[in-house]
Amino acid sequence: MFAEQVFKKLGFSEVWYFIMNYLSGVFKGYHMVMIRMLGEYLLLMFTTFKRPDKGPVFRRQLMTEFIGLGVDSFGIVAIISVFTGAIVAIQTAYNIDSPLIPLSMVGFTTRQMVILEFSPTIISLILAGKVGSRIASEIGTMRVTEQIDALRVMGVNPANYLILPKITAAMLFNPVLITFSIVLGIFGGWGACVVTDLVTSTDFIQGLRGWFEPFTVTYAMIKTLVFAFIISSVSGFLGYNVQGGSIEVGRASTKAVVYSSILIIFFDLILTQLLLI
Amino acid sequence: MIFVKNISKSFAERVVLDNISTSFEKGKTNLIIGQSGSGKTVLMKCCIGLLDPDGGEILYDNRPFSGISEKRKQDIRKEMGVLFQGGALFDSFTVEQNVMFPLNMFTDLSNEEKLERVNFCLKRVNLVNVNNLYPSEISGGMMKRVAIARAISNSPSYLFCDEPNSGLDPKTAEVIDELISEITQEYNITTVINTHDMNSVLQIGQRITFLYNGRLWWEGDKNTILDTDNPELRDFVFSTELTRRIIK
Repeated sequence: MFAEQVFKKLGFSEVWYFIMNYLSGVFKGYHMVMIRMLGEYLLLMFTTFKRPDKGPVFRRQLMTEFIGLGVDSFGIVAIISVFTGAIVAIQTAYNIDSPLIPLSMVGFTTRQMVILEFSPTIISLILAGKVGSRIASEIGTMRVTEQIDALRVMGVNPANYLILPKITAAMLFNPVLITFSIVLGIFGGWGACVVTDLVTSTDFIQGLRGWFEPFTVTYAMIKTLVFAFIISSVSGFLGYNVQGGSIEVGRASTKAVVYSSILIIFFDLILTQLLLI
Repeated sequence: MIFVKNISKSFAERVVLDNISTSFEKGKTNLIIGQSGSGKTVLMKCCIGLLDPDGGEILYDNRPFSGISEKRKQDIRKEMGVLFQGGALFDSFTVEQNVMFPLNMFTDLSNEEKLERVNFCLKRVNLVNVNNLYPSEISGGMMKRVAIARAISNSPSYLFCDEPNSGLDPKTAEVIDELISEITQEYNITTVINTHDMNSVLQIGQRITFLYNGRLWWEGDKNTILDTDNPELRDFVFSTELTRRIIK
């Protein structure tokens, strides 16, 4: 009743109160599940971040993950980056109506949008789909076929052996992918402008080189590292805790993409607020 | 030698193991038998530490295994070889890499020494020219043999086999049973086999533990099992048409 009075005093209608009440009721059923899941996730990370049993084995695993999670993603990252950069450039040029705004703004806007948001966030979301589902299904399948039990009874720490190389590889290689994406995104924007004749190459490059703030690249890299950790650790956690059979592996794979994507957007907001404002 | 003392395990309200005490002798094939749902797999999982018992203790050559830290469990596990029901081979590794895995993790042998050991183990389980094949490229019986080779590659003191001949034809099952029995005696290891296959029982059952509804119901060996007057055990032993006809 107190909450209802507060809501009314704040000027919210009864409908809003009803909606908020309903939502809190929905989350009431889930908050214990969410807290338990968070606890399990933290415990798994605690087990994962231990010194590997054997250095050479860890390095070999890391190389395999560099290829699986990183090198194999170059293709999709390249395609999406070129097209995204091109779309941003064309849309910006299309929206510049006023003759008072110089056309070099297209190059400037493309660079800023690609560095600040499109490359780190959109490419991370794409990687959440590609890499996240791969990690969850790979580890999940190992769980249901007793391969993780086999590792455990051999005296190996399975979380450390399976998840640590993936997190390390993602955190080391994703900045490379995002840098590659930024370069290709800007190139895509320039290419679109030149091909469609919306902006001259000189104007585009002039805008590209103007008002550059190096911190934007640092900001993009910080976001990339956080997102890489989210994708690899959340997907690893969901795959590691699969119980059942192939249907549950598929479910874990889907959950990995959904949870990683939501967390990426959520942390994007938090990091933007913390680092840019 | 493995001692199991007063082990109990429940899932929710359901008691799966009820105060089980037994021992598994060194250099012998110790079989745990019983119907599906009798608690065989749970007992084995408690023994290898994949499940924590609710009560009781497990001793590996007088070293406690239950109620200790994961680090100390890992040290004892390094002396174990486990053959899982489905083989549990790492499907991204070749046969050679699978067998070499424990050596990579726990020894400082050179690559040549590891390869020599791998080839020896594969030859021991009668597998040749399969080093570079992946688990998906070999048959079920071969998978079991690769899993045995992996289990013995690090010279374990204890070998656990969960239904080693499930899904295999009688001839291949016999080969696998013989192989496990030979390895047990050759390396003087404590072997525990979880099975409900009566052929295995009569072929290699040097020590047999019969579980019934989560309780230890009977203990003996392959020579005494057919003469038992325990009704539940008789019901289990003579449950197939084949055994009934042979007895007639």
